[in-house]
Amino acid sequence: MVERRIVLPGELLVEGDYQPGLNVFKYGGGFYASKIGVLSIVKQTVSVIALHGVYEPKIGDVVIGKIIDVGTFSWTVDIKSPYTAVLNASDYFKGRFNPVKDSLIKTLKPGDMIIAQIADFDRTKNPVLTVQGSGLGGITKGVIVELSPSKIPRLIGRKGSMINLLKKEGRCDITIGKNGLIHIVGEKPEDEELVAQAIRKIEKEAHTMGLTDRIMKLMRKGRELNVN
Amino acid sequence: MSTEFIRVDGRLPDQLRPIKMVVGVLDRADGSAYVEQGNTKVLVAVYGPREIHPKHQASLDSAIVRCRYHMAPFSTKERKTPAPSRREVELSKVIKDALSQAIFLENFPRTSIDIFIEVLEADGGTRCASINACSLALANAGIPLRDLVSSVAVGKYKGHIVLDLNDEEDEVAEADMPIAIMLSLNKITLLQVNGVLTEEEFKQAFNLAVKGSMEINRVQRETLRSIYASIKGEED
Repeated sequence: MVERRIVLPGELLVEGDYQPGLNVFKYGGGFYASKIGVLSIVKQTVSVIALHGVYEPKIGDVVIGKIIDVGTFSWTVDIKSPYTAVLNASDYFKGRFNPVKDSLIKTLKPGDMIIAQIADFDRTKNPVLTVQGSGLGGITKGVIVELSPSKIPRLIGRKGSMINLLKKEGRCDITIGKNGLIHIVGEKPEDEELVAQAIRKIEKEAHTMGLTDRIMKLMRKGRELNVN
Repeated sequence: MSTEFIRVDGRLPDQLRPIKMVVGVLDRADGSAYVEQGNTKVLVAVYGPREIHPKHQASLDSAIVRCRYHMAPFSTKERKTPAPSRREVELSKVIKDALSQAIFLENFPRTSIDIFIEVLEADGGTRCASINACSLALANAGIPLRDLVSSVAVGKYKGHIVLDLNDEEDEVAEADMPIAIMLSLNKITLLQVNGVLTEEEFKQAFNLAVKGSMEINRVQRETLRSIYASIKGEED
């Protein structure tokens, strides 16, 4: 296995025939990192997996948000990004929204959490959310854990190895919001707590090697304790 | 350069003061750093990119940088009133301009990046120490940067070109020239001169500043790397 090299902003990564990927920019003939992260070169594409940073919304991302304001025709949702999102009532009520009959405040109150997908976003306007899709909508049970959004790739793992491990060993249903909020639903509160503990460990040790094995050990040990 | 010349604090003309840098000292801030250069002590907090208030300040095609340089009332020998002085307003602007060059502002339209600099102890070279601390805090916040900005002052003291002046030297110096550089891109983001330098002296001072900022850049990079090294050692 290649060593996971940590790079810093302004560090020259490679020169020559490459393509700049995430968090990499080209200057002169060289490719430089723009954030602190782990270097990754796949098929001539140089990118840096960032270790810090805010969530930058992208169309199609599933996010977990908190209702912060209720308007006449829409909700304002905090998705832990530099931009607050909007959820339109016409989307929530599938286009059959009647402002006289339907009450927004009775449907989702400030403080309620939702799982939603980003339907529209560009440089000129704030993200628009949709809850039409499987697994989307208001959250009624389970716990939510916070993780730095830049560490989501580590939580998923290579081809989903880490997240599948957590789901299987933790016996929980886990929804990952790309903005760094994780929704965990288990049968017992102990199961949920164990998964939350594992996620906190991933957050702390995201850049280290052999993390999947250590998480496996933690989960097995936790399960034994929970059974006894 | 004459090597016999020993400065007030026992340093050689081309010697920096002892440097100490720490990253991530504040939990609430998105990024933070603490820097000591000799007796100069600076604490920096960075927030953002975040939604901008008041909204009318927003720029439609890029983020804006808001920077506040402030000296604590206890940072100087005589108490300094905490109200922002003309000098502090100017330094806030100068530091903001030196850092804006390095940030990919176009990635975050309609947002702000807020930088708060608190000088805890002032002993010369506070703007340079502030810039060094700010670039560490920006990197720590995960804000995309073209390069780390490294900054140092040079000056002419009793006829000698000297690096990294302290307050005692600064008060009687014939000239004083703070510089901020993005080293891997070979770009200067700040150059001010106070006093008089001949063309020859300017060249000599400039080369000395580049040399000094290389050393500072090395410490900055070591500091950022060390966070990950320490966690790695703890777990394996």
